[in-house]
Amino acid sequence: MLYSEKVMDHFTNPRNVGTMDNADGVGEVGNAKCGDIMKIFLKIEDDVITDVKFSTFGCGSAIASSSMATEMIKGKPISQALELTNKAVVEALDGLPAHKLHCSVLAEEAVKAAVKDYYDKNGIEYDPEQFAQMHDCEHCGE
Amino acid sequence: MNTIYVDNAATTKMSKTAIDAMMPFLEGTYGNPSSLHTVGQLAAEALVKARQEVAECLGADVKEIYFTSGGSESDNQALITAADLGARKGKKHIISQKTEHHAILHALKKLEKQGFEVTLLDVDGEGYVSAEDVRKAIREDTIMVTIMAANNEIGTIMPIKEIAAVCKEKGVLFHTDAVQAVGHIPLNVKDIGCDMLSLSAHKFHGPKGVGALYVRKGMFPSTLIEGGAQERSRRAGTENIAGISSMAAAMKEAVAKIPENTPKLIKMRDRLIEGLAEIPHSILNGSKTNRLPGSVNMCFEGIEGESLLLLLDAKGICASSGSACTSGSLDPSHVLLAIGRPHEVAHGSLRLTLSEENSPEEMEFIIKSVKEVVEYLRRMSPIWQDLQEGKRQYVIQ
Repeated sequence: MLYSEKVMDHFTNPRNVGTMDNADGVGEVGNAKCGDIMKIFLKIEDDVITDVKFSTFGCGSAIASSSMATEMIKGKPISQALELTNKAVVEALDGLPAHKLHCSVLAEEAVKAAVKDYYDKNGIEYDPEQFAQMHDCEHCGE
Repeated sequence: MNTIYVDNAATTKMSKTAIDAMMPFLEGTYGNPSSLHTVGQLAAEALVKARQEVAECLGADVKEIYFTSGGSESDNQALITAADLGARKGKKHIISQKTEHHAILHALKKLEKQGFEVTLLDVDGEGYVSAEDVRKAIREDTIMVTIMAANNEIGTIMPIKEIAAVCKEKGVLFHTDAVQAVGHIPLNVKDIGCDMLSLSAHKFHGPKGVGALYVRKGMFPSTLIEGGAQERSRRAGTENIAGISSMAAAMKEAVAKIPENTPKLIKMRDRLIEGLAEIPHSILNGSKTNRLPGSVNMCFEGIEGESLLLLLDAKGICASSGSACTSGSLDPSHVLLAIGRPHEVAHGSLRLTLSEENSPEEMEFIIKSVKEVVEYLRRMSPIWQDLQEGKRQYVIQ
């Protein structure tokens, strides 16, 4: 089969699906042209992510990566959420096919984009280097 | 859970007739048709019979049929045959069109690297290329035109008879990739007037790994595989007797059943199109009427095709999509892009290709399931949210 049981579980029963009114941070990454957009909403209290929601347009692995990433940062301090790597998402999903790895990259970037949005909205200073590697969509060559 | 197989343009289930025709050559008549002994000669007789049957189905002569490993090989051999002829005559221009199968498009790319010039004609919004467009593109140095009989993704039936007539008038070779058409719509090579035609057994309930190339009398196909004198020295390799016999039986059956199957398939196809069109912001790809009897292809705005397929599979429905994620490439279907669908819409495509084994009840289940899945995926799609909130404009009204 193309996907692991874990991926199929998170794809068919995605956790934390939805949107959020008055989110403290919203991050959207990806590109419709390439076929995947991920949007993550964060509720933050005392530097802790108390709630998280996502909406994703994309393939099975994009939806599963979003679901897994939100599970991995829920209830965690922002500092830990920023340490979330695409590799950790892939490992938690018991692997993704090679041509689907970019979906996990999108998940990592969506989390970071949401945190950055929270920092920006609240005038919290941060080291831009922390978000330096972010790109919208390198695989579509745009 | 019942499996509803609606991916017959990808491949078909082998018919009982095709399986029965194959078995004797796996068990008793296992000889090599090139051998002089009885076991070999029985196989040789089977080969003669199969060639006769395939030729009859196409309205061709037995000497015009070359057995191959399938559609891709037939397409490659046809193109290389024309290219070799062109090289000898100093003609280096080949005409085709944008929605051809990759067996044609990639083989043409290779010929381009070898110095041939290729014109890929645009298609209109329903996927047609007209005989007039072909006429305009023909040059002094054009050696061949290759246009498919029917499109594998959107089912559009091309006006190949008219195109063949233009080619004949201009003294240009005409090849057609009829892989999706043979056994599905009536075809006769003399009536079409083509010089070469490709077909593949597994698209009409025959086995995989076997096909044929029709090459009109007076032309000699170039070899892709060197070796023995099989296929009148044009395609070396011990013949796949089991596959070839099975293909002939499947083809005979499929062609004979066209009159009976066509109205049944069209009824189910049109019901599917009607039912799926009820989904808001959906659109049919290809022509509403002039399409293969069992072919449906729709785009649904705001969703991605692979997730649609996976959720349909979970309901037992086997379908296909032109999204980039299912193709393994970064771009969605070249066919959907060629008929003018933007990338984001092409990603949300669904292809359902029926066979006579499907039932009207299955169509109702598919319509219900697709509606549910599209609605579910739209609920979690940020694009759909933007469309609904007016932050993004609908492409499909």
